Amino acid sequence: MIEAKSLTKHYGAKHAVEQLSFTVRSGAVTGFLGPNGSGKSTTMRMIMGLDTPTSGDATIHGQHFHDLRWPLREVGALLEAKAIHPGRSARAHLTMLAHTNRIPRSRVETLIDMVGLTDVASKRAGKFSLGMGQRLGIAAALLGDPETLLFDEPVNGLDPDGIRWVRNLLKGLAREGRTVFVSSHLMSEMALTADEVVIIGKGKLISQISIDELLSQSSESFVRVRSPESPKLKLALEQQGAVVVAEDDGSLSVRGADEVAIGELAASIPVVLHELAPQTASLEEAFMELTEDSIEYHGSQASNTTGASS
Amino acid sequence: MSVETSSAVLERTTELPPGRYGFVDLLRSEWTKLRSVRSTWWTVGVTVLLGIGIGVLVTAETRAHWHSGSNQGFDPTASSLVGLFICQFAIGILGALVVSAEYSTGTIRATFSAAPHRTVVLAAKATVYGFVALVVSEFVAFVSFFLGQFLLSAPATHATLSSPGALRAVVGGGLFICVLGLIAFGFATIIRHTAGAISAFVGVLLVLPLVVQALPNSLSLEVRKFLPDRIGVQMLTTNGNHFNTFTPWVGFAVLCMYAFVLIAIGAALMNRRDA
Repeated sequence: MIEAKSLTKHYGAKHAVEQLSFTVRSGAVTGFLGPNGSGKSTTMRMIMGLDTPTSGDATIHGQHFHDLRWPLREVGALLEAKAIHPGRSARAHLTMLAHTNRIPRSRVETLIDMVGLTDVASKRAGKFSLGMGQRLGIAAALLGDPETLLFDEPVNGLDPDGIRWVRNLLKGLAREGRTVFVSSHLMSEMALTADEVVIIGKGKLISQISIDELLSQSSESFVRVRSPESPKLKLALEQQGAVVVAEDDGSLSVRGADEVAIGELAASIPVVLHELAPQTASLEEAFMELTEDSIEYHGSQASNTTGASS
Repeated sequence: MSVETSSAVLERTTELPPGRYGFVDLLRSEWTKLRSVRSTWWTVGVTVLLGIGIGVLVTAETRAHWHSGSNQGFDPTASSLVGLFICQFAIGILGALVVSAEYSTGTIRATFSAAPHRTVVLAAKATVYGFVALVVSEFVAFVSFFLGQFLLSAPATHATLSSPGALRAVVGGGLFICVLGLIAFGFATIIRHTAGAISAFVGVLLVLPLVVQALPNSLSLEVRKFLPDRIGVQMLTTNGNHFNTFTPWVGFAVLCMYAFVLIAIGAALMNRRDA
């Protein structure tokens, strides 16, 4: 379990992270979502004890990272792709990390095989592609077989095969009861892996919510209804408090009443229905809706906000 | 290249072992790091080649142009060790790289994620580097001495290890280069950039003496003896005793203090700064 309590990080006048509190529970994949530059990486670095918070606190199973007895065996992290000396081989990189926490060498070989770097493990890492760098980073994170795992944008640079592999890996790790915290700026990616998401914008918490809740809360969710007697149905629905919009194609978009309520109402009038289709917003839309106000770098607005940024 | 991967997750088998990670684990880690990059072998190779090569050139040249009577006060020991003053730069570059390359490549974040006690990490790093630098420097010093004395055959005067001050100069020469390397290491801990650290190191060795020389004479003479290159001259010669200088071992203690203070400042900054 990871707990952030009022985490705050200021770089001079810039407020990278502001009073951020959330909990990442064991046994689930928790997505960490936010636009680029919203403070995700900074938050992860504070959890890992790399950056010192201006104020606030982050703990792992109630302990500060600095106090862990075997950090690598307790927490694994992929924080940036290719954080490795270009002249060092993947094997040497993992071996030097293994030594710090007295992890046996056999484990290094196991991980090299597992992430698919067997053929290139002795080559200089400077020649690695971004995807190979990510695989090496994932191997480093899993090296100590830790209970808690942090991944910062793990699918960046991976081919479709690699992306699928990472998704399954994350879910598998969570199924084993581990704590998995994974950042992304892509909601669509999180939709496929995460059980829950922590959403931030401009360094502040926007929401911590399960994927299912996020979808149902979105105003982009509605029910499409077609009926030969749509004006009559529209009136009846509006009397029930639903918001109904008549679309150009003759259908009705209904918000504030679900398909069950609409169906029953239609039967009671009675009105014939030709279509009754719940339209779920895509997660991308739900996410955009939530973060609309907090995106830092709107390309089109950049010139207007000069000197007037928060 | 095969990118076949298994989605099977490795079972958690072991509980956490008793105790905690420590200095010895970090020594092994730093040793692996040092061995596994080419720059180490390059800088060590250059140190050995320059150190021994220049000593050989200088002693051979001295022997070739030897005129008896014109070489009063000739110090065969110092003459054979003169290459150390050149190879000090190569060993210094390695000292800087050991730290600065971790920052420039981002490896430092992997290191601190595995071992968050930064002072202990730095101590292990300094120990491993210091040990390697010492072995290399002493090797260069002894080989330079024996080759040089062999080349300084009659009629030139030569020394043996039992000549007065010779053993001290050879051992001291190696120690001097090793501690200079640790000074470069200290600069890199503070500055964190390879170029910056090397500039500071070279500045202290080459530019600072010129600045001191430009000072008024009375002040210059007082300050001069604190300069590393001055201390080095005292340590590498057998007939030193120049006016207003430290004796070899006092000078060496001063030099060690420089290295210690720089590394201590670096450690304090490392603990305060974000990695």
